[in-house]
Amino acid sequence: MTWETIIGLEVHTQLSTCSKIFSGAPTEYGAEPNTQADAVSIALPGVLPVLNKGAVERAIRFGLAIGAHIAPRSVFARKNYFYPDLPKGYQISQFDLPVVGMGALKIQVEPLSGSSNGPGKTYEKVVRITRAHLEEDAGKSVHGASQGMTGVDLNRAGTPLLEIVSEPDMRSAAEAVAYAKALHTLVRWIGISDGNMQEGSFRCDVNVSVRHKGEPLGTRREIKNLNSFKFMQQAIDYEVQWQIDTIESGGKIQQATVLFNPDTGETRAMRSKEEAHDYRYFPDPDLLPLDISEEWKEQMRATLPELPEARHTRYMDQYTLTAYDASMLTSSRDMADFFDTCVSVAGPANAKLAANWIIGEVSAQLNRDGLEITQCPVSPLQLSSMLIRIADNTISNSGAKEVFRTLWSEGGDADVIIEAKGLRQVSDTGAIEALVDGIIAANADKVAEYRAGKDKLFGFFVGLAMKASKGKANPGQLNEVLQKKLAG
Amino acid sequence: MSLSIADVQKVAHLARLAMNNAEIEAAKSQLSGIFELIEEMQSVDTKGIEPMSHAQDLSQRLREDKVTETDQRGLFQSIAPQVESGLYLVPQVIE
Repeated sequence: MTWETIIGLEVHTQLSTCSKIFSGAPTEYGAEPNTQADAVSIALPGVLPVLNKGAVERAIRFGLAIGAHIAPRSVFARKNYFYPDLPKGYQISQFDLPVVGMGALKIQVEPLSGSSNGPGKTYEKVVRITRAHLEEDAGKSVHGASQGMTGVDLNRAGTPLLEIVSEPDMRSAAEAVAYAKALHTLVRWIGISDGNMQEGSFRCDVNVSVRHKGEPLGTRREIKNLNSFKFMQQAIDYEVQWQIDTIESGGKIQQATVLFNPDTGETRAMRSKEEAHDYRYFPDPDLLPLDISEEWKEQMRATLPELPEARHTRYMDQYTLTAYDASMLTSSRDMADFFDTCVSVAGPANAKLAANWIIGEVSAQLNRDGLEITQCPVSPLQLSSMLIRIADNTISNSGAKEVFRTLWSEGGDADVIIEAKGLRQVSDTGAIEALVDGIIAANADKVAEYRAGKDKLFGFFVGLAMKASKGKANPGQLNEVLQKKLAG
Repeated sequence: MSLSIADVQKVAHLARLAMNNAEIEAAKSQLSGIFELIEEMQSVDTKGIEPMSHAQDLSQRLREDKVTETDQRGLFQSIAPQVESGLYLVPQVIE
């Protein structure tokens, strides 16, 4: 019998507001401990929360981007539990009436290398998103800050979060990672979060269970706080195998929260608190219901950019790019904008050429230098003028690489570089024919061998001709002329 | 509906309230009384009435996303039992 893996994700994404969700304290990352913790953040008696409009706007934008129902009225609730980094004794969250209802995200699933159940080929899948709700973040506990004591930094307390809960629609680590990546792209694309995973702006909890195909859902275990896609894949792979092994050796899965240890590659259950899930939610009497008018919603809709999914489709339809190319180009809005600018300058006919260069050479150099596309030393305009010269046969591909290297390190203009370096290729048929004639005359023996059936010699003639032209002969034309002349 | 001693003990534990047996007994009868009131209210026909989440039929006012608070750590920490390097200290919590 084959095992089936069932995965659902809960993602906490930090919203990019400058102030906290219920107070005017700053949210900047990395400040000295407790210097951004105001009276509301540290829960001094008598303080009251006042909701940040910017946080609500971001939640609405997200809801619209996943085609979800935006609740005309949603309610904040208290989630009660005791922990030192939660000074009120409760977290303000949303429970039965969240701001964003059911939506969906279309994802491109790529096979993962080394994943036990990764599929073989890229395919499309729709993951349903159950809900997304607004809540405040807790502070940070610093263990071992002082002998026998725990330090508490409340700078993060009250930072706005959008918790995005998916349906258990994913069936492999590859699908879970593809969904998390698509979500990560989307929140940055629509400008609601910086998505910085190292700083905890995008944290994933993964619910994993296994079952025999067709049977009811198995008991799930929740892997907490994964902050890298690589760890997510490793954690899921390990967890799935562990659950299968446990059941096959006669054991039973207990519902539990587990942590992934990147050093050992293993997941391990946290000490279970018997009342851990007894949060006693109730509507927060300090906050009135949140009303979102049709008008406000439409205002927010008007501010949304063309979404990654729409661009993906457009690139495939309009420019006949492959799904892979379209996925690479829509991996971030900056990347897609870079490509769009190139196409607007170089023309739609050169879209595939632009895609190849951006996904290939440009991305490789950016990676090498540790730069973002927004910091690319070669502007879309500079790149486009070079692409135009490739397309009109002024330069060969190898000539273009040299132009690109120069643009990268010294800047300038493609046309000027082409002239200065003498990279203009010879596309004059007469000149190429004369050159080929010379080679044929000087190598009569090889020509005879070739004509006698030694096809491999063709490369030898290409090499000679290229050398004779100092690398400037248009390769396509050269091939054509050589073939014709060698045929006799 | 009436509560059991175990119910009261559980709620007290969740709320981190230390209660002796006499207090638990007293709380049990008081809480049971509240449940009786709720039961009485349940008998009211509320069909077609939209539930409210707040006693006031108003909607939440929002503030602009602006930083209005300045650092007052020194003042706030002057009343904290123990601080170190800007951190509030509490008895060790082990995960």
